[in-house]
Amino acid sequence: MNAFLGWIEQRIPMMRVANMHAIQYPAPKNMNFWYVFGFLATIVLVNQILTGVWLTMNFEPSAERAFASVEYIMREVDYGWLIRYMHSTGASAFFIVVYMHMFRGMIYGSYQKPRELLWIFGMLIYLALMAEAFMGYVLPWGQMSYWGAQVIVSLFSAIPVVGPDLVQWIQGDYVISGATLNRFFALHVIALPLVIVILVFLHIVALHEVGSNNPDGVNIKRPKGSLSEEEKTKFKIHEYYTDKYDIVDDVVPFFPHIVLKDLVAFTIFLFAFCYIMFFMPEMGGYFLEHPNFEIANPYKTPEHIFPVWYFTPFYAILKAVPDKLLGVLAMFGAIAFLFALPWFDRSNVRSWRYRSGLHKVNLIVFAIVFIFLGYLGGTPQEAWKITASQVATVFYFGFFILLFIYSKNEKTKPVPARIPK
Amino acid sequence: MRKWIALILLVPSFAFAAGSSHPLDDVDIDLKDKASLQNGAKVFMNYCLGCHQMQYQRYQRTFNDLEIPEDLGQQYLQFTGEKVSDYITSPMPADEAAVWFGAPPPDLTLVARVRGPEWLYSYLRSFYVDESKTFGVNNLVFPNVGMPHVLESLQGTPRLAVEEVLVDGELVQRPNGLTNDGNGKLNEEEYDAVIRDLVNYLVYTGEPSRLESESMGRGVLIFIVIFFVFALLLKKDYWRDVK
Repeated sequence: MNAFLGWIEQRIPMMRVANMHAIQYPAPKNMNFWYVFGFLATIVLVNQILTGVWLTMNFEPSAERAFASVEYIMREVDYGWLIRYMHSTGASAFFIVVYMHMFRGMIYGSYQKPRELLWIFGMLIYLALMAEAFMGYVLPWGQMSYWGAQVIVSLFSAIPVVGPDLVQWIQGDYVISGATLNRFFALHVIALPLVIVILVFLHIVALHEVGSNNPDGVNIKRPKGSLSEEEKTKFKIHEYYTDKYDIVDDVVPFFPHIVLKDLVAFTIFLFAFCYIMFFMPEMGGYFLEHPNFEIANPYKTPEHIFPVWYFTPFYAILKAVPDKLLGVLAMFGAIAFLFALPWFDRSNVRSWRYRSGLHKVNLIVFAIVFIFLGYLGGTPQEAWKITASQVATVFYFGFFILLFIYSKNEKTKPVPARIPK
Repeated sequence: MRKWIALILLVPSFAFAAGSSHPLDDVDIDLKDKASLQNGAKVFMNYCLGCHQMQYQRYQRTFNDLEIPEDLGQQYLQFTGEKVSDYITSPMPADEAAVWFGAPPPDLTLVARVRGPEWLYSYLRSFYVDESKTFGVNNLVFPNVGMPHVLESLQGTPRLAVEEVLVDGELVQRPNGLTNDGNGKLNEEEYDAVIRDLVNYLVYTGEPSRLESESMGRGVLIFIVIFFVFALLLKKDYWRDVK
């Protein structure tokens, strides 16, 4: 057996990679609840890919058959309903864990130097995920699929000069049609999943190069030779890290310690996931919208058109601006500002535990405003909501502007040298 | 949960009167009540299938799920000589139906997931005589609907009750519920029960997997709880020495 493994190892570095990135990878020991969502996102990604493969076996991407083939999966494919609900619940779960993961990064300053590129890769995943989710939502060809696609695709018509031609190019037709459905299917099942998997790989490579942050924002890697043997970790850490740095005695190996912690979190997550999947897969119309159980009808506009819940904050920003082009710019700007977060924050202190009260308030207000925008974008339009979304939009961008101003000379608390017990 | 969402969605439209602002009645949905589901299927096949189809659902699946023996199902619930493995389709040509009714009668396989059971239950009990309409009836829940009151022979002829109230010093007539001529085969209670069975059946066809998903879900959740205990103990064991 060992000879066989040795034979393999000489030809492809399986054990070396496993040691370097899991068994002997140093992870801060104080990673808390907020640190499980990256792991959960990976699990959900695997779930989406596997269930997606099985759905593809019976789904028919044409305007005539798409809706019927989904019902065929729901009724006549063995456990088809289970696979479909795993996929539809997984889509919403993906955004829940990704939003938690992103907010974790924000409160503990995980985007700060040297993790800017790590943050950028994460944002690119988020962007690809939004495209993936949008196109996936079109595939069942229900009323919301059709009219949601209509609204989102028509955003591109706001672009000066090329807009209308661009819309036609995206749709592959003069209107949203079977041609659109077919190309969205291609992008949803091949192009975007590939992009996402590659980006996730790069995200993890970048993470392991700079190392994991932690709730105290304390550095666990010190310059080579700066620590006494007493202060160094007793765990076996891979030479890749110990050759360059001294590792403080505040770490645990990723496997098994962090993996076991993630496993506990995973079971809790799985409980909630299965509860929704088996007992309320529509999640009250949020995960599967009621009008989407009616086949797409280009001659009948639904009473209210909303994107799915995870897009509604940005939809509210879009609607807050009276001008279409400026609205689209504001919406994409909202995402662009998130991309640039590492440069808006000029503080050297990462975690909000050691930062000013103003920063904590700013973060919490941002989270509340984001959820409030989601509410505004996901409920029927009313007069007061226009003003409310405008105010909330100002607050959304205000978070970044304020951060840029106060973080330069922020009054922070001293960060401890070691992770506090 | 669902009620809250319905409330949030409905509250704004109350202000603008028209549309689906009519308050809806609760209905007791119970997919374990096979007698109710069977009766609902019978009502559907007899009164609805003439115009509406269930093109995504097969007779056979329905009979099996509702515990109707296939030969009895074929004898009493299939009228146009289809095979038991056929989809529940209507013989009415869609193009002509669109001309007759203004729009083709919608497929009802998933109607309970689109409208919700409360809406269906209220809608089917809210027809009233309105001679200005093509079919001589209108509906409180779905104003100006292009559908005749197919169940009138069961319910009797429903009429709009009108009350006079003082608004700003003027006597105004406004609708106040429905009265019934009492010429139907059923009394009000019996009619409500029949509609409940029909809605129960429509909830079933919207999501037949619901029959197995909940019992499977309970098993899965119990397994996860047990697994959680072991995962937690294992984690604690490994972390014991980490201070």
